[in-house]
Amino acid sequence: MVDSAGDALPATQVDLRREFDEVGIGEVLDQLDRELIGLKPVKTRIREIASLLLIERIRKRMDLASGNPTLHMSFTGNPGTGKTTVALRIASILHKLGFVRRGQVVSVTRDELVGQYIGHTAPKTKEILKKAMGGVLFIDEAYYLHRPDNERDYGQEAIEILLQVMESQREDLVVILAGYGDRMDKFFGSNPGFRSRIAHHIDFPDYADDELLAISELMLGDMNYKFSADARAAFVRYIALRKTQPLFSNARSIRNALDRMRLRQANRLVADLDRILSVDDIMSLEASDVLASRVFSNGSGG
Amino acid sequence: MRITQGCFSFLPDLTDEQISKQVQYCLANGWAVNIEFTDDPHPRNNFWEMWGLPMFDLRDAAGVLMELTECRKVYGDRYIRLSAFDSSHGWESVRLSFIVNRPKEEPGFRLERHEVEGRNIRYTTKSYAVDRPEGQRYGGS
Repeated sequence: MVDSAGDALPATQVDLRREFDEVGIGEVLDQLDRELIGLKPVKTRIREIASLLLIERIRKRMDLASGNPTLHMSFTGNPGTGKTTVALRIASILHKLGFVRRGQVVSVTRDELVGQYIGHTAPKTKEILKKAMGGVLFIDEAYYLHRPDNERDYGQEAIEILLQVMESQREDLVVILAGYGDRMDKFFGSNPGFRSRIAHHIDFPDYADDELLAISELMLGDMNYKFSADARAAFVRYIALRKTQPLFSNARSIRNALDRMRLRQANRLVADLDRILSVDDIMSLEASDVLASRVFSNGSGG
Repeated sequence: MRITQGCFSFLPDLTDEQISKQVQYCLANGWAVNIEFTDDPHPRNNFWEMWGLPMFDLRDAAGVLMELTECRKVYGDRYIRLSAFDSSHGWESVRLSFIVNRPKEEPGFRLERHEVEGRNIRYTTKSYAVDRPEGQRYGGS
């Protein structure tokens, strides 16, 4: 009895540094800095949230409970700006800090939430919610849930269930809505309940040219490829050209471009069968692999 | 008469927190948790009705508790049990089952003696509650 009473006393002093190291959050944030290029405002906001959570954790130990902060978020930004990637990171940060119990991410779109006929939507939405309990529910392109042109659309039912659970089970589940900026604004405009229940609205900026280059090198590094010096110079030009063309979707376009370059490189290597290849040959992308892209011949590119 | 079926039935009723911990244990083992209810709690009645579908792929007990709360709202006057189904090869059966809700009044069972040839007797247990039609057995509407 005496022991347990001693344990129950609120802490009066906390070593912040030790607390910080203990939850291993520094590591996650460093990884975020290292692996995500650019995205300044996003990183700042994540740091803020992480700090708040850390302090909240300490406050709880000191018996200064103030209730769990609302953690629902909305990510807005153009295609390929890293919304999904960041959502995965957020889940692991929240998990490390003990604000979600399991740390899994359930990623869904309208299809998984909204049913085909009357009475189909509620069980479907609830099933997804149950799977996401204890973790993060990531709803991509959330504005499709609401179809303003059809007032009998089942999306509204899914929205109502979501709102209810977001409010009543805040400690069990974190909901992240994601989508393109202007359409999300319209979505929130027609569903004011959502806007007020979401504490963190984070806007993902487009990448600058040098950030895109850094991203491409990071991606290549992960795939064990590298640019030759000429290829890098050509790729810098490629990025500048590609950005001006329609349907440019930031990092996603870069990844597609890299995939096509790998195809061309493989084709180039196979074209000349009578030679001995070194590891370096296999790994490096040459300028010709880049320059063969349709982007340079003012085609539409992909 | 307090009905004792499944796990923990000789213990006082589990609190929601205790239920949640048991469910978490099931989920950690990869078992799918089901909610079932009945107003015919005869020990030989294997066929309780299911509340919704079995809950596969859950990670956290909060989801099961959410459904349980819903089920209690509708069938709070009946017996509700949770069962955990292990789908792994070789088991493919229920691994754990326990009662999480019971009616306020449990009239219990009577023993019927059926006299047959000679001085032989056959015994039957019958629930008093079952004398009334389904839905009205435990003071429900």
